Amino acid sequence: MTVVDGAAAPRTTPPKTKRRHLKQLTARDRVSLSLMAGIPTLLTVAFVWVPALASIVLSFSSWTGFGDFSTIQWVGTENYKNIFTIYPPFDPAIEHNLIWLAVFFVLPAPFGLFLAVQLDKQIRFSRIYQSVLFLPVVLSLALIGFMTELIFSPTQGLINNLTGHADHHVIDWMGNPHLNIWAVMIMACWRQAGYVMVLFLAGLKSVDPSQKEAAALDGANGSQTFRHVVWPALRPINVVVLVITVIESLRAFDIVYVINKGTNGLELLSVLVTDNIVGEASRIGFGSALATILLVISLAFIVPYLISMFRKDERE
Amino acid sequence: MPSMSRRSVLRGAALGAGVVAAGPLLTACGGSSGSSGGSGGKTVTFGSNAAVPQPKGAYVNVFAAAKKATGLTVKPNWVDHNTFQQNISSYLQGNPDDVFNWFAGERMQFFAGQGLASNVDDVWKNIGANYTDAMKAQSKAPDGHYYLVPFDYYPWAVFYSKSLFKAKGYTVPTTWDEYIALAKKMKGDGITPIAFTNKDGWPSMGTFDYLNMRINGFDFHIDLMRKGDKWNTPQVKATFDHWKQLIPYYSPGFAGQTWQEGAQSLVNQKAGMMVLGLDQIGTIFTGDKAADLGLFAFPEIDPQYGQTAVEAPIDGFMVSKSPKNKDGASKLLSYLGTAKAQQLWLGTNPADVATANGVDTSKYTQPQNDAVKLITGAKSLSQFMDRDTRPDFADPVMIPAIQKFLNSPGDIASILSNVDKQAKTIWASGN
Repeated sequence: MTVVDGAAAPRTTPPKTKRRHLKQLTARDRVSLSLMAGIPTLLTVAFVWVPALASIVLSFSSWTGFGDFSTIQWVGTENYKNIFTIYPPFDPAIEHNLIWLAVFFVLPAPFGLFLAVQLDKQIRFSRIYQSVLFLPVVLSLALIGFMTELIFSPTQGLINNLTGHADHHVIDWMGNPHLNIWAVMIMACWRQAGYVMVLFLAGLKSVDPSQKEAAALDGANGSQTFRHVVWPALRPINVVVLVITVIESLRAFDIVYVINKGTNGLELLSVLVTDNIVGEASRIGFGSALATILLVISLAFIVPYLISMFRKDERE
Repeated sequence: MPSMSRRSVLRGAALGAGVVAAGPLLTACGGSSGSSGGSGGKTVTFGSNAAVPQPKGAYVNVFAAAKKATGLTVKPNWVDHNTFQQNISSYLQGNPDDVFNWFAGERMQFFAGQGLASNVDDVWKNIGANYTDAMKAQSKAPDGHYYLVPFDYYPWAVFYSKSLFKAKGYTVPTTWDEYIALAKKMKGDGITPIAFTNKDGWPSMGTFDYLNMRINGFDFHIDLMRKGDKWNTPQVKATFDHWKQLIPYYSPGFAGQTWQEGAQSLVNQKAGMMVLGLDQIGTIFTGDKAADLGLFAFPEIDPQYGQTAVEAPIDGFMVSKSPKNKDGASKLLSYLGTAKAQQLWLGTNPADVATANGVDTSKYTQPQNDAVKLITGAKSLSQFMDRDTRPDFADPVMIPAIQKFLNSPGDIASILSNVDKQAKTIWASGN
């Protein structure tokens, strides 16, 4: 968290109780260090926090985005009231974001770990397996959305043509709002599993082989070794995987947008924000209120994570 | 690296950070249009929503002819159709091109009302004689000024394959009962009666517009679109009740298919009829298939309104609010508002018809001539839902609402009351 530390760095008057290592720095060093920490901080504040706060402020207004700020009308919490009462896509969007999160925790995360453990066993061709499994991660989600269409399209898709459902008793994988989210989920998990696998592989490389040997000498079987030696060593990576899983499920967007602009069973919060702000519509206030809701949900995951990180820093 | 002290590394890093920081700021100052100034009196920049090979090629031909006729070089900025529409408000407020592709109707008036377009009254002094009164009316905003130069348009109608109708002995229906009876017959013959494919959400709007105009009349429909205050009424409910009767005859899996797939099923004679625009289906029935493409007016439901209203979206050009080359833009549009320029464009893109009078119709394909007949016989022209109503209402509210209706037609009462509530908040937010 260099950004947060850096915010406190540019201090002109050093405290009276100077710490030893600060003394060894010349004034020039301190200026350069302050610049190095300060400039990224300024950038983050200017490009992340100022717009985020502006969105929160705008969420209490009604504005078409045309003309100058004098055309903004302040409407209090009306946008929020409308979102929660008369905006039909909102409930499904929340539901789909939560499904996304749950599925990402239940499927790709454990499966990625399983793959990583298998590949870590130095089996033959493991490089090839790794490349094949990692390939989807390199593809953009928009491309994966396009592949989803090729596989699941009701009349021209691979699945329906293989199972003979293309002409009669068509299974509408893309158009049935109860089915299409799962078709998309399958494809998203396929990519996510490769991502998680690579993270865990990196983590497994850091497990000390001598400990594994010692466990084997003590007569531990494979699963016991994993439980008592490998798993504890993976703790830092687990945190990374957790954060990645949350981030990836909250920022899911392109895959559904490519398929049907995120409508008809593929609603997501990110799509609703885009629809209301970026499109021809320009309901800046309404869209900002949706974005604020998304921000609050994100903070619910980010804040506990940061708190635990800082606590750890203090302990060390 | 002995020659490099720790400090110079630090300094370099700090400088590097500064440069990186300045990067985004510099690019942020550039316009969104990518036009690089330098347009003297001889160049007109043109923001186009036609980045696909066709009609892009048609425009290239027209611009070459425009250079001969007016001496102006047109510098086009090709953008994908949907992207262009998505970004229109930031584009027009940023650094837009002199002239840009846009549409008639409320969709034009909305941006003219925001002061994001220049009026083109001076152009109309030159081209006024080329257009009918209906076209003139469609090019004006409520302030009485012209903001649009119409270029091409096309009707929405019910399309079919002539050879299929001949082979099966079907006749063109003119009333609702005949339409339903024909659909039943087709179903019995193992054909999908009505190709309906709504993955993109907007194709279904055409069906709504026609049903509504046939049941409640043109005036009610336009009022509903412009004012948005009558959604929760028995009239609109009647429209959806008729629509409900069509759903059993629609393509299986229609919510997951694009309009191209639907049009393809018409070409392959797997489906019998399709409500679509000539602009779309004309790109599927090409070459020798064009002669096989038949069309008829959407059937009559209430004899009081008959088949007099036709949905015929008009595409054209507008001028941005402060063009770099105003005279050039006017000159270019005076040329594009002629039958000659439009005929040249249609030569490579026969899925539309010209808006100006005096086009040599002997060069038209059969569907183009049918389209002209349908449009000129119309008493009133609508544009299309997403052009007749506000942009912040059409796509965000109506696409999900219609999709919901198609998924569960029984819920129409609650869907309409919800649309009504949303419409009221959107119209109340003013412009």
